[in-house]
Amino acid sequence: MKMTGSQILLACLEQEGIDTVFGYPGGTVINIYDDLMKSDKIRHILPRHEQAGVHAADGYARATGKVGVAIATSGPGATNTVTGIATAYMDSIPMVVICGQVPTALIGNDAFQEADMIGITRPITKHNYLVRDVKDLARILKQAFYIARTGRPGPVLVDLPKDVQTASTIFEYPDSVDLRGYKPNYSGNARQVAKAIKMILAAKKPVIYVGGGATLSNADKELITFAETIQAPLTTTLMGMASFPKRHPLSLGMLGMHGTYYANMAVTSADLLIAIGARFDDRVTGKISTFAPDAKIIHIDIDPTSIKKNVRVDLPIVGDLKDVLLKMLKQLKEVPDEVETMVVQTTAWRAEVDAMKLSHPMTYTPSKSVIKPQFVIEKLRELTDDDVIVTTEVGQHQMWTAQFFDFTQPRTFLTSGGLGTMGYGLPAALGAQAAFPDRQVIDISGDGSFQMNSQELATLVQNRLPVKIVILNNNFLGMVRQWQQLFFDKRYSQTCLESPIDFVKLADAYGATGFTTSKPEEVEMIIKKAFATPGPVIIEFKISREENVMPMVPAGAGINEMVLAS
Amino acid sequence: MKHTITVLVENEFGVLSRVSGLFSGRGFNIESLSVAPTLDESISRMTIVTSGDDRILEQVTKQLNKLIDTIKVIDFTGEGEPYVERELILIKVTAEEGTRAEVMRIADIFRANVIDVTPRSYTLEIMGSPDKIAAVIELLKPIGIKELVRTGPLALGRGAKGWR
Repeated sequence: MKMTGSQILLACLEQEGIDTVFGYPGGTVINIYDDLMKSDKIRHILPRHEQAGVHAADGYARATGKVGVAIATSGPGATNTVTGIATAYMDSIPMVVICGQVPTALIGNDAFQEADMIGITRPITKHNYLVRDVKDLARILKQAFYIARTGRPGPVLVDLPKDVQTASTIFEYPDSVDLRGYKPNYSGNARQVAKAIKMILAAKKPVIYVGGGATLSNADKELITFAETIQAPLTTTLMGMASFPKRHPLSLGMLGMHGTYYANMAVTSADLLIAIGARFDDRVTGKISTFAPDAKIIHIDIDPTSIKKNVRVDLPIVGDLKDVLLKMLKQLKEVPDEVETMVVQTTAWRAEVDAMKLSHPMTYTPSKSVIKPQFVIEKLRELTDDDVIVTTEVGQHQMWTAQFFDFTQPRTFLTSGGLGTMGYGLPAALGAQAAFPDRQVIDISGDGSFQMNSQELATLVQNRLPVKIVILNNNFLGMVRQWQQLFFDKRYSQTCLESPIDFVKLADAYGATGFTTSKPEEVEMIIKKAFATPGPVIIEFKISREENVMPMVPAGAGINEMVLAS
Repeated sequence: MKHTITVLVENEFGVLSRVSGLFSGRGFNIESLSVAPTLDESISRMTIVTSGDDRILEQVTKQLNKLIDTIKVIDFTGEGEPYVERELILIKVTAEEGTRAEVMRIADIFRANVIDVTPRSYTLEIMGSPDKIAAVIELLKPIGIKELVRTGPLALGRGAKGWR
């Protein structure tokens, strides 16, 4: 039976098991939207801005592990997706973005609402396609989903001209994909693994350093078993945070610029660093020359380009983390005596690390007169279940969340790590809540970031998505203000948000509920009240205005040169 | 250090911009790039001359390999593979009363063909290794080069084994 391009698109989405898409209609996707009305398998959520639609698809993907799907029209609709795509690209999130395009005959003519999306998104997608013939559409979509979710995942953009959507052909969804230039290597080299085991068994001061890859590979359980088997302290990046429970005795929390003192010092003293699905980002390493100076480095990653990009690596293992960890565990199991010896020979190291944990805990100065943001985060944790999904925007509130919220389950902490996108958290929470209507979803936000996508309150209300939005309001663009305080003699250039917003009224205007307080003694009560309120809720906490995120590694310094208090 | 890299890619819309964009986006150098389809029309072959230290070159080849449309990358220089390298240049030289004979002598020595002649100029076609090309340009410079166009080097591995 012949089908039109837009029908084929929807049929392909169904074949891929996509039940939810986030999109915004327009002239060049109007046919898709017409056919969408007839589909009872695909739920469509309408954000109020295409950027938010892509972030929502991203949040959906991060929370579920499935491929997120977003749709936008050509021109401005498509260009609005750019920040969302770049965000997903930097954090390796599987996503397919469908953009309408002007009819093929008009491409290149500066037609109404035309933008060269293939050119624009080339450096921020894993791959992108312009479909020029409806006969190619099913194959291209099959490839797009395959590329998005395999290997190191990432966003794929499919640019779909209007005439391709209306043209007809016989629909046949391919069973498999054969791309001669794309064959991700999942299986870790056994000899490299054996070498790694040797290095691990010889280590006296090992540290495991975990990035977002552990979650992407669904290797969280194997990771815990691995750390416990070799009894090595483990630190995570922002992206790896939820893959290892912070309250685990081997956990060092996060490392890097706003990481824990003990994580950074442990890495500095380590004689072996086992990097697992992490990419040695500059926010993690600080000054490269003083990063893990005494350590041999084992780097396990599915993406060969991540290896030796920023730091020297003594032993690379390319492969899927789960596969490599299972192979390592198997080999370790074969030498129980040597593992036992290793665990004994690292006893002093663990004691040294534990002593640092006690002497320099992650802490803050409590207050009875003003609300401390860290206190809010701790209270939020206290009053939520382990499977709560937390999203953040970017800035101080994001770092406080990373520092003080102890995550225990994978895929419960959704944050823009690589690109650092303000305005990510609210739409990501929307996407996560759409995936898990019965779980608690919280967006922890600042007053600056919140305003970058606050229009999504309307989407939450329309779709009855009961996201709770916590705004830590200091009337500042706090992180930049902090830098200005510390490094620019307190010259607060353009970081003071001097027009105070009535967030309760704002919530009310959208048909949501709002609470606010500036009193520490009301924090718990208001959180409880907000959680008991159905539907989306804004909870504004007017916090101590010039609170800083501490400790911190100043830009350009080594991670062993942390400033502990400001 | 200069490296000569061959990249086999899908002969598809936009592939050249993916490759060149990769170089510009990551701050890698391209000294020359030549590209055309292979015997198999679905594959294009690029010869890229780039430069950088070992760490950069490792990233260049890894990043090239990471492109979905890339089928194979061979860093002849980095892998120490024996290879032959040839470049074609067309060069328009001042050739008047006093210099014609000299131009012809140089053309002879380098086995160049004269492919266009005017009362005031000769256009030469010269093919050879990068060293030969550099030498002929050096010799013709004092006589007066009006215009020059070069393909950039093409490279092929030595030996009987072939990549189509």
